[in-house]
Amino acid sequence: MKKTYKIDVDCANCANKMEEAAKNTAGVANATVNFMTLKMSVEFEDGSDVDTVMAEVLKNCKAVEDDCEIYL
Amino acid sequence: MNKKQKKVLVRIIIAAVLMIALLLLPLEKGSWLRFVLFLIPYLVIGYDILKKAFKGIMNRQVFDENFLMAVATIGAMALGEYTEGVAVMLFYQIGELFQSYAVGKSRRNISALMDIRPDYANIMVDGKLQQVDPDEVAVGTEIIVQPGEKVPIDGVVINGSSSLDTSALTGESVPRSAVVGTEVLSGCINMTGVLTIQTTKEFGESTASKILDLVENASSKKSKPENFISKFARVYTPVVCYLAVALAIIPPVVLLILGKDPIWGQWLYRALTFLVISCPCALVISIPLTFFAGIGGASKAGILVKGSNYLELLSKAAVVVLDKTGTLTEGVFEVTEIHPVGVSSDKLLEYAALAESYSNHPISLSLKDAYKKSEGAKDYDSSAAERVSDVKEISGHGVEAKVDGIQVDCGNIKLMQSLEIKVDEAPVSGTVIHVAIDREYRGYILISDKLKATSKDAVAAMKLAGIRKSVMLTGDNKTVAEAVAAELGLDEYYAELLPGDKVSKVEALLEKVTGKDQLVFVGDGINDAPVLSRADIGIAMGALGSDAAIEAADVVLMDDDPMKISKAIGISKKCIRIVYENIYFAIGIKVICLLLGAVGIANMWFAIFADVGVMVIAVLNAIRALRVK
Repeated sequence: MKKTYKIDVDCANCANKMEEAAKNTAGVANATVNFMTLKMSVEFEDGSDVDTVMAEVLKNCKAVEDDCEIYL
Repeated sequence: MNKKQKKVLVRIIIAAVLMIALLLLPLEKGSWLRFVLFLIPYLVIGYDILKKAFKGIMNRQVFDENFLMAVATIGAMALGEYTEGVAVMLFYQIGELFQSYAVGKSRRNISALMDIRPDYANIMVDGKLQQVDPDEVAVGTEIIVQPGEKVPIDGVVINGSSSLDTSALTGESVPRSAVVGTEVLSGCINMTGVLTIQTTKEFGESTASKILDLVENASSKKSKPENFISKFARVYTPVVCYLAVALAIIPPVVLLILGKDPIWGQWLYRALTFLVISCPCALVISIPLTFFAGIGGASKAGILVKGSNYLELLSKAAVVVLDKTGTLTEGVFEVTEIHPVGVSSDKLLEYAALAESYSNHPISLSLKDAYKKSEGAKDYDSSAAERVSDVKEISGHGVEAKVDGIQVDCGNIKLMQSLEIKVDEAPVSGTVIHVAIDREYRGYILISDKLKATSKDAVAAMKLAGIRKSVMLTGDNKTVAEAVAAELGLDEYYAELLPGDKVSKVEALLEKVTGKDQLVFVGDGINDAPVLSRADIGIAMGALGSDAAIEAADVVLMDDDPMKISKAIGISKKCIRIVYENIYFAIGIKVICLLLGAVGIANMWFAIFADVGVMVIAVLNAIRALRVK
């Protein structure tokens, strides 16, 4: 399953870091962050719970870039 | 500017004013008072950076820009270089603000270019117009579109007439007319009259939504330069940081061993300069921005590119393979020549059109169209039923009928042979309809697919854009193919191909394309989806409203003008050129400044230019990709 979220982040390198952090979250098959459209699309692994995974993604993103937001 | 940006701007101004004021004050060098006073602008401009750097360390994210800036400026302050400490922070913030502003602006510009997302749909409720969310409109609902409004959902006009501005979808400025029965696409702007439209699709499946999805998802397919930059950024910053540490320690230690003055302060200053230069911002922001702007600019011209990787591939296009029907030709059959024998050409066309009046074959339709357009045309549709009788369609041969009681035979040479009527030699570049009136040969009518007005120029423009070989594929016979290829100036053609043969032909051609060269296939998206996906880059044209073509192709031309092929290649080349300009420029300047910094020629002011200045220039250069001639 794939879902797209609106995000807010200030710099392009931070967006890259968010992408990396989201990718490395358990339950995420793949993730891309589009800095230009400020969107994150996340592909979930089968059988994972979207809400818990996204909460984890947000936590991991906050860890690498404090000044970011994912609108869940 | 948004709130966040305004706040930063205010801080920049306060810090700058304070700094200048302090420089003018006659403060004793090295005094505590001077340090404390300079600390005020430093903290005003840098408190958030210091906070982020601290948090980054806590989260084990050491090598980010905040950390670098914090270390460099704290180091400068510790060395007594207060002005430089404040200045580095100040310019860093100015650079960040500029970047955020420029990116926000181009983001808005590009969204404005693609401003086709309809916000509402009007439906009639109890005789009153009501605005509803287009997402909630079910298929088959009647919606009202007033002049000046966007068509929100694809559908068919059931009442009213108007002209539609399709420029947001196709880049074509000539309006299209819409009358009852016309299929209209979402994203067009209704210009003159009120239209009642019965929707045929859901909002999410409508053209406007599909195009927006496509363009917004385009940058998730990353190109090689983009991947290179993210890898480079990951390596570059840590490497420069380690170099900075080495620069701060190794030379003084060596000097110590040699028994000389280690000058710790000087080497530390040089190391700090390194840190300022080490931020990869200019690259990380400008490369994706260039692709984004390129894709945005292209879609303004009616060219949808599905990913930055395709934009990159397109710039290396060397061979273009084109389908004939619908791509180079109109795909519509038209009477192109009338050759009468012993009668007027109008008369010949009239008899033929009447004899064929009961048939819906494309050739019959083209005869009827031609007759209706001719000067002597009488009221065709109502008179045909009275004047025509005894119609007999002979499959594979033609039609026999009585027109005004006279026997008329229309058909191919086989029909004439079966009637033992001798015919004139006819050209082979199309379909020939021989006509006999009262069993006497009266000439032939040539029907062929017309070349598009811009096809010839398009082939020439492709060559100018760097295409080395142009190939045409067609199911038509060899004579037609040869004539078309010669007229358009194509290098090669393959005729009499079945749809399956086109894939194998493209595969054979692909084998000959080597190295970085890419093969482009251009088709109209009907029946050639397998070929579109087999080629390096598949371009579907005239794809407006055709979902299958939009799915299969990598690049979608919204209208059917072949000139757009060279335009798309031109846009991709410009975009890639800017990308490489930025890569070489940014890395080049940084490396030079690092070298000059290491030997002490470049000071921290230099470093600020290498960081902020380079970024500003690279961003401005990137935005050029948005402009499409």
